[in-house]
Amino acid sequence: MSKLYDEYRRLRWESALAQLRWLHSLIGPVIWPLAALAILLIFNIVFTDNFLKIVITDGRLSGYLVDIFRDGSAVMLVALGMTLVIATGGVDLSVGAVMAISAVVSASMVTPSWLESALGPWAVQMFENSFGMWLAVLIATSLIAALIAGAWNGFLVSVLRIQPIIATLILMVAGRGVAQLICEGQIFTYDVPQLAYIGKGTLIGLPFGVWLVGLMIMATYLLTRRTALGLMIEAVGDSDLASHYTGIRARTIKFLVYVFCGFCAGLAGLIESTNVSSANANQIGLWYELDAIFAVVVGGTALTGGRFLIFGTVIGALLIQTLTITMTIQKVPPEVALIPKALVIVLVCLLQSQTFRQKVFGRFKKKPAAALSAATPANSAGGEA
Amino acid sequence: MSNTPAEQAMLQVSGIVKTFPGVRALDGVDLTLRRGEVHALMGENGAGKSTLIKVLTGVHVPDGGEIRMDGKLIQPTSPRDAESQGISTVYQEVNLIPSMSVAENLCLGRFPKLVGLIRLGAAKKRAREALKRLDMDLDVSRQLSSYSLAVQQMVAIARALDTDAKLLILDEPTSSLDEQEVDELLAMMDRLRKEGLGILFVTHFIDQVYRISDRITVFRNGGFVGEYPTAELPRLKLIGKMVGKDVAALETQEADAKARHGRAVAGQTLVKAEGLGRRNTVHDVQFDIQQGQTVGLAGLLGSGRTETAKMLFGVDPADVGTIKLDGEQVSPRSPREAMRLGFAMTPEDRKAAGIIPNLSVRENIMLALQSRRGIWYRLSAKEQRELADKYIEALGIKTPDREQLVKNLSGGNQQKVLLGRWLAIEPRLFILDEPTRGIDVGAKAQIEKLVGELTEQGMSILFISSEMEEVARTSDRVVVMRDHHQVGQLEGEEVSEHAILNMIAKHDSSAGKEAVDV
Repeated sequence: MSKLYDEYRRLRWESALAQLRWLHSLIGPVIWPLAALAILLIFNIVFTDNFLKIVITDGRLSGYLVDIFRDGSAVMLVALGMTLVIATGGVDLSVGAVMAISAVVSASMVTPSWLESALGPWAVQMFENSFGMWLAVLIATSLIAALIAGAWNGFLVSVLRIQPIIATLILMVAGRGVAQLICEGQIFTYDVPQLAYIGKGTLIGLPFGVWLVGLMIMATYLLTRRTALGLMIEAVGDSDLASHYTGIRARTIKFLVYVFCGFCAGLAGLIESTNVSSANANQIGLWYELDAIFAVVVGGTALTGGRFLIFGTVIGALLIQTLTITMTIQKVPPEVALIPKALVIVLVCLLQSQTFRQKVFGRFKKKPAAALSAATPANSAGGEA
Repeated sequence: MSNTPAEQAMLQVSGIVKTFPGVRALDGVDLTLRRGEVHALMGENGAGKSTLIKVLTGVHVPDGGEIRMDGKLIQPTSPRDAESQGISTVYQEVNLIPSMSVAENLCLGRFPKLVGLIRLGAAKKRAREALKRLDMDLDVSRQLSSYSLAVQQMVAIARALDTDAKLLILDEPTSSLDEQEVDELLAMMDRLRKEGLGILFVTHFIDQVYRISDRITVFRNGGFVGEYPTAELPRLKLIGKMVGKDVAALETQEADAKARHGRAVAGQTLVKAEGLGRRNTVHDVQFDIQQGQTVGLAGLLGSGRTETAKMLFGVDPADVGTIKLDGEQVSPRSPREAMRLGFAMTPEDRKAAGIIPNLSVRENIMLALQSRRGIWYRLSAKEQRELADKYIEALGIKTPDREQLVKNLSGGNQQKVLLGRWLAIEPRLFILDEPTRGIDVGAKAQIEKLVGELTEQGMSILFISSEMEEVARTSDRVVVMRDHHQVGQLEGEEVSEHAILNMIAKHDSSAGKEAVDV
């Protein structure tokens, strides 16, 4: 009887341990960004009224927490694509410009005057008569434009073997020029609720963009972790020569991640511009490449390539968006807001470095013992040691 | 030249000791170099040649011993300091800036100046004069990279000589040159020698040593073996001294090997290479590999062994000749294609081209199989674990667990992980390029044993090693290479370290049966 009970207890203990281990493998790598996010949320809960409050108005949820997800969806998308690029040891600086291209393409195609002059009267007719179809064509066209941009980057990096930072810098600069060419320097604004739905609409209580991002995150996770693609990307990022020797198509994989990154940026551009029903080639996606790189790095994926963490990137993007919103709530002027933002990012990155942690915390480690032996409260012992 | 050696000696190095953490790189070596001679410094990898050069050029400070230049004690503290003492060096990799002009390269760091400004005209004039000394006439304002590697090499020499050099050190200067370019370089060395310059020539090409050098100094494992007039040191003796075997010992070993090679291999021909070659790398390689046979590729470093393996595995595809697999012509253009043909290869450079350092043991082992199955057919977590555990156990890989990062394993265990990676795809031909380099004796023996077991199961193995003894021990047949050519083959009872060295030492590439008289 008691033997059985012991066995039962042992099994329970083991399964609890296994669960803990599973939790550790899930959270372990992202513990620092997660901690930073938690601290930031606690700060807001204490200092901001109604921070946690979510109300339902007209069938949609609203509140600060929803705002974080809604406003952060574009960065999250871009960061998602960036994660895979960085995992191969590259970087894509052109994502902001690609966002602008896809935004301008979509906005121009619902502007009758542009359609008339650029494509001819048939386009205007089609826009007016078979609108549903036109909408599909329009979305497809903007995403294809983004795919082409991604393929261009991929071509430069994997076929011509130009350093990623330079290769994508080309499109970062030239891409906005391309967007300007398409819109001929104008800022398109439109009133097409069906198109605006992508950025502004609500589906089952949540912004449509949030669903879209969730879907993309899920799809990316499945595509990389339920197939062998993720492992191949990590292998190529860690050592592309050794991967080549192992029969992995390193160049193809590199090409594809840039295409994917372009696609994500295109989708983000659609969300951003349809949210405000306009497209300004100079403003859409400005500095998004930096936020996206921050999100990836803060999320635990190293710029040197190799291991990547999709979950980490999501946390990283949320952290950055929460920071931005906190600054807005605290009425910090936008120019100054960049400083605390930078500080938090530097701090999280430092915390992720084992060497840094050892240097800083290693010093404190001896103190508790000393404090105990001196029988003084731990918090007052800090000064003496 | 009837002076006594003491008067002639320009550079006298004696008893140089240099220790690095854990390694005694130089253990009291001597070197005497006379005015107007080309002195070859020979030794296998790790013999201490490079370390000595670094000591002479002031990169390393020796722990003991002395260097005398014209009888005067010197202690170079930097390459620039060494140059001012009359010691100039031209390294294997051309140490110039390809995007700058010839004149700029020649005057870099010592531009003629006027009030702090560079006098380009004077620089060009000086450059032309420096080149004239070597009988070269180049357009000095053209970009250096627009000239061939050989010319760039000569420019590097011209630069080295421009500083009143008395001693010129040439470290593997011919390794990237083709035959005609080598001729030009050797002719230039001859001219400089007649001008009274001392040249220290470090190379792996034995032919070139015999063509140009007056004397040879041999190092082995950081120690001084001896100094010999070139004319009095037959090739076989030289090689014997480099690898540390005297000729008598080699012959007794031969008897042992004969016993081992009695085993007849009567498999079908699996791979047949005919006239395989690639521009600027290797030529005329031809051999058969039978099923269940181990074929060794032997030769000194730089003889073309690795290049041959890379041609077979599609890393650097062959541009002439054919490869036949089961009698049908195949031409692997990439490792991926080679893998699909059933080839596998563990590369010589294990760290850069073998392991994926930051992935786990499990992931490293599963990688080749996964890559052959393709992205969509992912090995399940269970299959991955089983595969990893299977090879960790079968090969005795010492690792705390299968999730350990491969970079944390020792060299021998990393090598075993690579073997496991390829064994997982059950290759028909397994190319092992230096599988035992830098690993401990125990792991070495295990790998040799594994090779024997695999061939018994019908796998064919191409075994490459710079240790001739190891090649002789493991191979049923040995393809011998020298200076980027195949010089012959040894089969069955003929296979022995002595026979391999003998073949390498032969003058003409048509491999005869008689040994060089020693």
